[in-house]
Amino acid sequence: MAAVTHTLLGHAVHRSEDPDLLTGRARFIAAQAPAGALRVVFVRSQVAHGELRSVDVEAAAQMPGVRGIWTAATLALEPQGDRENPALLRPVLAEGRVRFVGEAVAVIAADTLGAAYDAADAVVVDVDPLPAVVGPVEAAGPDVALLFPEHGSNVVAGGHHDPDPAFFDDADVVAHVRMSHHRVAPVPMEPNAFAVEPTADGGWNVWASTQSVFGVREAVAKVLGADASAVRVRAPWVGGGFGAKGGVYPEQLVVAAVSARLDRPVVWAETRTENLLAMTHGRAQVHDVEIGATRDGRFTGLRVLGWADVGAYPGRGMFIPMVTRRMSSGVYRFPKVDFSAVTVVTTTTPTGPYRGAGRPEAAALVERAVDALADELGMDPVELRRRNFPDPSEFPFTTATGATYDSGDYAASLDAALALADYEGLRADQQRRRQDPMAALLGIGVATYVETSGGGQEMGSVRVLTDGTVEVVTGSVANGQGHQTTWAQIAASVLGVPLEVVRVVASDTGLVDHGVGSFGSRSLQLGGSAVHEAASVVVDQARRLAADLLEAAPEDIVVADGGLAVAGVPASGRSWAELASVAESRAELLAHSLDFGRGGSFPSGCHVAVVEIDRQTGKVELRDMVAVDDCGVVINPLLAEGQVHGGLAQGIAQMLLEEVRFDADGNPLTSTLVDYGIPSAADLPSFTTAHTVTPSPNNPLGAKGIGESGTTGSIAAVWNAVVDALEPFGVRHLDGPFTAETVWRAMQGQTGSS
Amino acid sequence: MIPASFDYKRAESVDEAIALLGEHGDEAKLLAGGHSLLPLMKLRLATPSFLIDVGRLKDLSYIRDAGDHIAIGALTRHRDVEISDLLAAEVPLLARAASTVGDPQVRHRGTLGGTLAHADPASDLPAVILALGGTLVAQGPGGSREIAATDFFQGFLETALAEDEMITEVRVPKFGGKGWSFQKFTRRSQDWAIVGVAAVVANGSTGIALVNMASTPVRASGVESALAGGASATDAAAQAADGLEPGADLNASTEYRQHLARVLVRRALEEAGV
Ligand SMILES: Cc1cc2nc3c(=O)[nH]c(=O)nc-3n(C[C@H](O)[C@H](O)[C@H](O)COP(=O)(O)OP(=O)(O)OC[C@H]3O[C@@H](n4cnc5c(N)ncnc54)[C@H](O)[C@@H]3O)c2cc1C
Repeated sequence: MAAVTHTLLGHAVHRSEDPDLLTGRARFIAAQAPAGALRVVFVRSQVAHGELRSVDVEAAAQMPGVRGIWTAATLALEPQGDRENPALLRPVLAEGRVRFVGEAVAVIAADTLGAAYDAADAVVVDVDPLPAVVGPVEAAGPDVALLFPEHGSNVVAGGHHDPDPAFFDDADVVAHVRMSHHRVAPVPMEPNAFAVEPTADGGWNVWASTQSVFGVREAVAKVLGADASAVRVRAPWVGGGFGAKGGVYPEQLVVAAVSARLDRPVVWAETRTENLLAMTHGRAQVHDVEIGATRDGRFTGLRVLGWADVGAYPGRGMFIPMVTRRMSSGVYRFPKVDFSAVTVVTTTTPTGPYRGAGRPEAAALVERAVDALADELGMDPVELRRRNFPDPSEFPFTTATGATYDSGDYAASLDAALALADYEGLRADQQRRRQDPMAALLGIGVATYVETSGGGQEMGSVRVLTDGTVEVVTGSVANGQGHQTTWAQIAASVLGVPLEVVRVVASDTGLVDHGVGSFGSRSLQLGGSAVHEAASVVVDQARRLAADLLEAAPEDIVVADGGLAVAGVPASGRSWAELASVAESRAELLAHSLDFGRGGSFPSGCHVAVVEIDRQTGKVELRDMVAVDDCGVVINPLLAEGQVHGGLAQGIAQMLLEEVRFDADGNPLTSTLVDYGIPSAADLPSFTTAHTVTPSPNNPLGAKGIGESGTTGSIAAVWNAVVDALEPFGVRHLDGPFTAETVWRAMQGQTGSS
Repeated sequence: MIPASFDYKRAESVDEAIALLGEHGDEAKLLAGGHSLLPLMKLRLATPSFLIDVGRLKDLSYIRDAGDHIAIGALTRHRDVEISDLLAAEVPLLARAASTVGDPQVRHRGTLGGTLAHADPASDLPAVILALGGTLVAQGPGGSREIAATDFFQGFLETALAEDEMITEVRVPKFGGKGWSFQKFTRRSQDWAIVGVAAVVANGSTGIALVNMASTPVRASGVESALAGGASATDAAAQAADGLEPGADLNASTEYRQHLARVLVRRALEEAGV
């Protein structure tokens, strides 16, 4: 048994998840309902705002195949929300008032989906319409309808303070940008799905398409009046979450209650249209940004006035403006930041975290402001950025907003990205084209970003079984990331075993003692680190055991191929199976479980977007996208690359194609994927990606998050690129998404600020 | 996404399909590729109580040389139109346009007869057949009749077909590979056209039809007559939106559609060598 000299860490190990996914063996909840399950369908409000006069379910209840139908009055469940703020609670089925199109008003359980939909069509919902409230700035303004009259205002958090007139006294130049981060929909491939089954012993089996099985268990147990231990929640294959499946939806609680009332298994799987109406949306913030600098381009301060739209109910969207505030100074040294914002309710779908959750808004607001300032100063935007980076030696670096960045080298990723994009060449080409009225316009957008990942703790445990199998249990809940592969890679590296002997147990409260879940780009640095630390403890346990067996000092025992051995004496090797058997015979265990949590990390990087714009039609084509990301030490480059690609696609699509729209009456205009513009591969260029590596000191892997870097950098980069392309038309700022008509109008001088 | 309930019968022949149409009246709908009808039914925007499936009438799937024109069976899939050598040689405009319809799944299911009968002004092939001066063959209980494409499209999703008639064949004149162009301006690579232009030069005159510029596919008659009167391509293209007030939607305002029509017609004329 030779000592292990290589590590699996850092290798592009192929995903062990993929064979099942690619061959269709992986089953999602809608396709594996418990035997005999009834189908649950919701009746939803078709009016954005109004007094709910009555919900007549009589005719529907008589229809064939219908087993039960409930409204708020008959189901009588506790509302969701912050008990401290009783005026703002969210009834799980609308009560008294409807506040957005898509809000669940009644629920039906029937033998078949067809029967349930037929019955839903027969429910008569009588609503007395009230004026809709659309748009965060409008919601906070005067003469607007109130969603919660008892609360007295649509503002549910924050406030704008009076500006300090001396704030920019030390600036020679102040640039101003007013920007809207339009609302987008997460559109996971698998919409929300949820199944509940009463068990013979009075417990409950629950299957949820979720990012957090423990969060779901807690909420469902409460609704069922059951002990958490009686409720087993599993997240089988999850077809994407992007943050929107991190919480508990009212519908999930209702479905659990329906199962309890009927004492039958039930399954609910929302349609794509329901998904676009009822799953939380992302972004929906407006910022008024001012940035000051000295003539030579040293920043003196950043001032932001913000409006954040949480939709109809203050829920998971509430923390997002705080993330934006915290990250608003970006990768720069700002002596001062003044950020004040209001959070408002509107008669639209509630918002929540969506890939980046406040980070892309922060990156975009500061990166757009820096470009606007560069324009005022007549300075190259890259040079202006460079002058304001903290030096790598200044880390940990505390910003004016109070965040402490763990480590970073912002110039390194900027340099790498500029080289890959051939920045100088692009600028020269841009100059040439600006002289040629027949040439497509060229726009170059640079964004240097920092985001925040981690926070809290995650559980990881490692156990070696007597057959040599290594069982890893994690509190993380994968929803497409590939934890099964990476966690195996980590345990296998520490223990010196092949990947195949590692079994990863996750996403099942029946098998996992406790845990948090996957969001905020936290999984590897917390869940992965927990596995790493637990495995290291197991090695120590085994080392003591082996030392005893081999009559050697524990310090002389090393991890060898498939077990442990005395250093330099390969023949002394004891396999993990042998060691586990000996441990068992001595009533000892080769097992350890722990919760890992230390300071978070601050992934960073530089994205460069290159766009061409058709002068006649305004059509934008993204020609190149360069992403240099620094997520610390990369454990699996293939999976990190996948995270970057997906994030870039979502960020780019947000700026070029996607927007959730409502009309003035609050009616959704984008409730199918014909109208809501998610991209296909054909709409995106090939990406150029690379990494710089600044290890995080805050975890043993040195890893930082990578899940949200793609959106955080690319949104700002594409935004800057389009505005840059339009410079010859006097456009100084324009909001997305940059549809052909939007850009064409800006070129006509009809929109956009100059 | 579950349609309202309906009865279903697979027709074994055109005659049977027509008989069933007569029997069930306006409650019935023919089902061809299903790629316009089924999405509407799933959203419950269409609720026919009887579907007559003509999708397997194999003898209506053909592309034949008929002397001065090409005869295409109504059940011919977009994909077969796209890859037909005969069309590539004689009516390349149609083959090209078919290759831009939706995605491969859509093209393998959707039929030429179906897209014409559906008569969506945003669809590509109705405008192409119009530009080409095609003819449709409709069969009813009393036999067959020919309907010129110019007479076929009567309003939004409305055609000259009687309730108990079905399209059996589409005839397009041969024009060879000379001057033609298909311009499709989309938001995403696989989308319906925001505006589209089909242009063909045949026997010295230019036929141009527009996608999504009115409640039906329309000929750009202002451009056609300007060209016939000797106007330059640029001057003629400037009239592309004359008299047209296309609707506004998420993708474009009326004004922008009018602008696009002018730009795209000019590009089409340039590409067609006019
Ligand atoms: C995702 C998607 C993308 C698409 N993209 C495009 C696009 O980019 N461009 C485009 O042009 N189209 C597009 N389409 C529409 C597609 O081309 C349809 O296939 C076509 O419009 C209808 O043909 P079908 O055979 O599927 O007709 P069906 O859906 O079966 O029928 C449509 C209507 O025509 C009637 N009908 C069918 N056949 C006959 C007949 N022989 N005689 C009389 N009536 C008949 C039916 O009763 C029905 O009312 C798209 C569709 C989808 C689902």
